[in-house]
Amino acid sequence: MFSFLDYSGLQHYWWILVSLLGALLVFLLFVQGGQSLIYTLASNEKEKTMLLNSTGRKWEITFTTLVTFGGAFFASFPLFYSTSFGGAYWVWMAILFAFILQAVSYEFRSKANNFLGHKTFEVFLFLNGILGSLLLGVAVSTFFTGAEFSVNKTNILDISSSKMPIISAWETPFHGFEALWTTENLAFIQNISLGLAVFFLARVLANLYFQNNIKDKNIYKKSQKSLIYNSVLFLIFFLFWLIRLLFLDGFAVNPSNGKVFMEPNKYLHNFLEMPLVLAVFLVGVVLVLAGIAANMFFNSKKGIWFSGLGTVLTVWMLFLIAGFNNTAFYPSAHDLQSSLTIYNASSSEFTLKTMSYVSLLVPFVVAYIALVWKKMDSKEISSEELKDSENHVY
Amino acid sequence: MNHIDWELINWSRAQFALTAMYHWIFVPLTLGITFMIAIMETIYLKTQDEKWKSITKFWMKVFGINFAIGVATGLIMEFEFGTNWSNYSWFVGDIFGAPLAIEGIMAFFMESTFIAVMFFGWDRVSPKFHLLSSWLVAIGSNLSALWILVANGWMQNPTGTSFNPDTMRNEMIDFWAVLFNPVAVNKFLHTVISSYIVSALFVVGISAWYLLKRRDIVLAKRSMLVASVFGLLATIGTFWSGDESARQVAATQPMKLAAMEGLYKGDREAPLIAMGIFGEQENTIHKREKFIVEFKIPKALSYLAFLDSDKFVPGIDDLVHGNPKERVRSFQERIDSGKMAIDALGNYVKAKKYGDLNTIENELKTFRTHEKDFGYGYYFGKNPHTLIPNVKMSFYAFHIMVILGTYFLVLFIILFVKTLRGKLDKSRGLLRLTLWSIPLGYIASQSGWIVAEVGRQPWTIQNLLPNIAAVSQIDAFSVQITFFLFLIIFTTLLIAEIKIMLSAIKKGTEH
Ligand code: HDD
Ligand code: HEM
Ligand code: HEM
Repeated sequence: MFSFLDYSGLQHYWWILVSLLGALLVFLLFVQGGQSLIYTLASNEKEKTMLLNSTGRKWEITFTTLVTFGGAFFASFPLFYSTSFGGAYWVWMAILFAFILQAVSYEFRSKANNFLGHKTFEVFLFLNGILGSLLLGVAVSTFFTGAEFSVNKTNILDISSSKMPIISAWETPFHGFEALWTTENLAFIQNISLGLAVFFLARVLANLYFQNNIKDKNIYKKSQKSLIYNSVLFLIFFLFWLIRLLFLDGFAVNPSNGKVFMEPNKYLHNFLEMPLVLAVFLVGVVLVLAGIAANMFFNSKKGIWFSGLGTVLTVWMLFLIAGFNNTAFYPSAHDLQSSLTIYNASSSEFTLKTMSYVSLLVPFVVAYIALVWKKMDSKEISSEELKDSENHVY
Repeated sequence: MNHIDWELINWSRAQFALTAMYHWIFVPLTLGITFMIAIMETIYLKTQDEKWKSITKFWMKVFGINFAIGVATGLIMEFEFGTNWSNYSWFVGDIFGAPLAIEGIMAFFMESTFIAVMFFGWDRVSPKFHLLSSWLVAIGSNLSALWILVANGWMQNPTGTSFNPDTMRNEMIDFWAVLFNPVAVNKFLHTVISSYIVSALFVVGISAWYLLKRRDIVLAKRSMLVASVFGLLATIGTFWSGDESARQVAATQPMKLAAMEGLYKGDREAPLIAMGIFGEQENTIHKREKFIVEFKIPKALSYLAFLDSDKFVPGIDDLVHGNPKERVRSFQERIDSGKMAIDALGNYVKAKKYGDLNTIENELKTFRTHEKDFGYGYYFGKNPHTLIPNVKMSFYAFHIMVILGTYFLVLFIILFVKTLRGKLDKSRGLLRLTLWSIPLGYIASQSGWIVAEVGRQPWTIQNLLPNIAAVSQIDAFSVQITFFLFLIIFTTLLIAEIKIMLSAIKKGTEH
């Protein structure tokens, strides 16, 4: 069934899939956004509990998407998995710690005798809400600004020198955190802007989601206000990042010999040379704005669906810009020729093909998630409901 | 000889062991209790007896507490392959990443989606749909186990793959050989079935506590019935699959078997050591562990390992120094052969750069002849005795597991019979014993992993990749910090979990 795709076709197919998972993950970060808003939107414990029960029914989907994104990246582009995770050690560890805290906090927060006290678990959720989205945004931005690593595959044959026989090495002692202060090409500004853009986007989506999911006047009123300033901040950081991106020198690959070189306005060229990607990207941006506008100005509660879909499309296309059209998706600022492309970082043709059959399961998975989501959200969350001890309350 | 940062390797191993063992505290309970919950809910729907519903909900609550932290530790496991075993991730990502991805797509989503229904869906979906969800959670969690164990089985016995000299890594050539790898199939059966013992012990233990306190009697008696049947069947299945596991080890990892049995000098008609105690280590380069007490069963090891009491079982000495008569190659021989594979590959790469076709072909041929010893090459110039795993740990862990397994069999038989006869409340000694058997289940299960993982050292992938070539290039200090962070965080969370669990159990179903 996948025999019509050659090796390069499979590499593109898998980049599309991994990008889609990444895009879904960014949309689902509304859970993190919601956690970062608990102190803003709730005026009392009861309201906080409502907010956390609302995101609490979705956190596992976000979490599992993160896990699957990791697994799919591992299987399809293992060289990225080893280079980035093993190198930018501290950034990924920070992200992981933030997610450990999240996973237990929902379940433990309101349980009797929970050792740390329910306030602590709320702080954990708040921290995960901030760090989870911010750091993921910074990490993704390095797909465009580059990271400090080198790769040499023949190192594994080197058993007589003073080095370990390991192929990837990180070239700064900060193991990833240097993304926050690398001044070359003002990379740090770019990275931090995307981090903040993702963070505020998550909060925008969270507001839209709460308005759809919770029946409560107070929360609604406060979330309308929060929606306004988070939307403005999101737009500022996102547009700044995007416009700068279009003018940056990008990491291009020469298709005839695989050599990487810097090309001015590379990402702008990618948009122009892939008009379909550009079109979908623009539709995505418009949908995000339309969703916000619907709730802000037209009293609608359905904005989350537009902005959600818009987020997925926008982020998806950004990933394609990073990896398609002879671009290095994980560039090395330290050694250009170490940069990872969808060609040199991918699994074998056989593995990609096998995994492509597995990917046919994805529509079924999405379908049952949608079915369950619909059934479970058929009733809005309200304060009456939480009184009922029949329901498991976070 | 290359420089090896032993501190980095040992801290990376310690961190992986720590996080894996923490993950493994939560997983066995999930694997079994989800099935018991589904069975209980099925009985509820059949009988429409509200009491069964509250029993189901009680165990569900316990499961929820356990699940949260299982997920948190699992996330770490997945990403640690990248963060701490990055060379490994690249060297075998093609094969190893695939089951991990399939697990995400097939199992984790199923589990986490339907868990939401299980907990919040009682009055949002129909009773039938709810029951279906409970079964899907159980199936989903057991599917998680399947794929990760296929991955682990492959590391113990790499099949269906071939080294590609152009990309410098192993690539999958046969998916079905990876999936139906006999070691993987067996590992799945033994691990999952033995986990049912752990969860059955948990349920009978808590039920025994209620009976001792004379409260929640209905909950306790009914749970006892379901769990003692479940546990009895699981114990039988564990013996069968454990026996099969040992045979797989004999066939694919002779050094692990020798370490499990503390066998230094191999023999035909080799005896099985039912239990033994080590004394001081012999102070020579061989560092032999010596028994001061041992109980032997004549010929049993040869029989168990090969179903033939006349077969030769190689000991540690035979494997290190070789035994030409029994056609066992020495480690030194394999190290030299592995070095040839690595050198040939280096020459191949150089020749390719210059387009020297003749050399390319010759070196490739040399490489293929020695490919099976590839990993041994990294030990060139080192003492071959470093290739021996920790014998004491392997031996004790193995024997603790087997002895406890035998004890569980007896325990479940007695519990089952007494439950049927309705005489359980009166046997207070037995109830106390049952309560205190909960930790023994966990000990047996952790010991099993120690056998499996310590016994295969120093191989991360048997014969192909030793741990010294599997790690990430970071400073040992960073790993030390994360080790202690994990230790502190996981221990704190474990304490919180246990406290919450105890409160929920004390509360029971009768307020
Ligand atoms: C309650 C837990 C439990 C119990 C009672 C047993 N096992 Fe076990 N055993 C495990 C839990 C376990 C495990 C945790 O699931 C392991 C670790 C890795 C694996 O494959 O399963 C394991 C591994 C393991 C291995 C190593 C497999 C490998 O390295 O690939 C062998 C040879 C056995 N077992 C054999 C036995 C025998 C002969 C038993 C007789 C009663 C037994 N086990 C009881
Ligand atoms: C190094 C090996 C392992 C990795 C990388 C790993 C990875 C993971 C991950 C990422 C999760 C979270 C899933 C989610 O988001 O829902 C998880 C949970 C789980 N894993 Fe593991 N795992 C490993 C070992 C095992 C083993 C050996 C088993 C079973 C035999 C197992 C069974 C489970 C189960 C049942 C869960 C559900 C959570 C729970 O209740 O504990 N895992 N694992
Ligand atoms: C969840 C149950 C598991 C437990 C309790 C466990 C336990 C351990 C222990 C104790 C070690 C350290 C051994 C040593 O250094 O002496 C280890 C190492 C390791 N295990 Fe496991 N393990 C588990 C599952 C798995 C699975 C399912 C996989 C792979 C799919 C795996 C892969 C590894 C790797 C890559 C290492 C480090 C490399 C090495 O030391 O060779 N483990 N594990």
